[in-house]
Amino acid sequence: MKIACFGIAREIAGGPYLQLPDVAGRTVADLKRELIAAHPAFGELVSFAVARNEAYAGDDEIIRADDEVVIIPPVSGG
Amino acid sequence: MIDIALRNTPLELTECARFVAHPSCGGLCFFVGTIRDLNLGESVTHLAFDAYDGMALKEMRKIAERAREQFGLHAVALHHRKGSLAIGDTAVIVAVSSVHRAPAFAGCAFVIDELKKTVPIWKKEFRADGSHWLNARP
Repeated sequence: MKIACFGIAREIAGGPYLQLPDVAGRTVADLKRELIAAHPAFGELVSFAVARNEAYAGDDEIIRADDEVVIIPPVSGG
Repeated sequence: MIDIALRNTPLELTECARFVAHPSCGGLCFFVGTIRDLNLGESVTHLAFDAYDGMALKEMRKIAERAREQFGLHAVALHHRKGSLAIGDTAVIVAVSSVHRAPAFAGCAFVIDELKKTVPIWKKEFRADGSHWLNARP
């Protein structure tokens, strides 16, 4: 599954997207674990959130195959 | 009334003021966030903002709607920059209006405080010793 990255996540991923296999049908918490397993640098951040379809997603939400999934590292606007 | 913007071009305070002004409102309150030259004792040369545009605009609107509801504001304008900014450039403008001043002050502070917590915009700071995404690492 293609996952979009912004900010420091883009540097960790080495580009605007990263691929994680088999996350559709699983929870956001599962995705976070897979992400840290594949890219341990995400575990070194202060925190990170996941967005589904342009809204923050809770850890127990199920990811669907056609979702737009984005890694949201700690925000710093303003 | 809510006006949300996320732009690559300079922000205009007068545009925000015109949007929120209304004959029924005796208080307009503004917050203008600018790029400063020092952060944590380090000299900053310039900044770049990255944004997840679609979600950023939605989160900005949610904050403005909550502010109007909680503080009884007449109008809220919330404009944020994207791209590369120099020292002194305006990064963000919050403009609010209300019948009296107290809700305007409180609502304006609420909007900028919430923006910094939830809106998916990221600031990369460029210093003499390299560049850093702010808040990202412990």
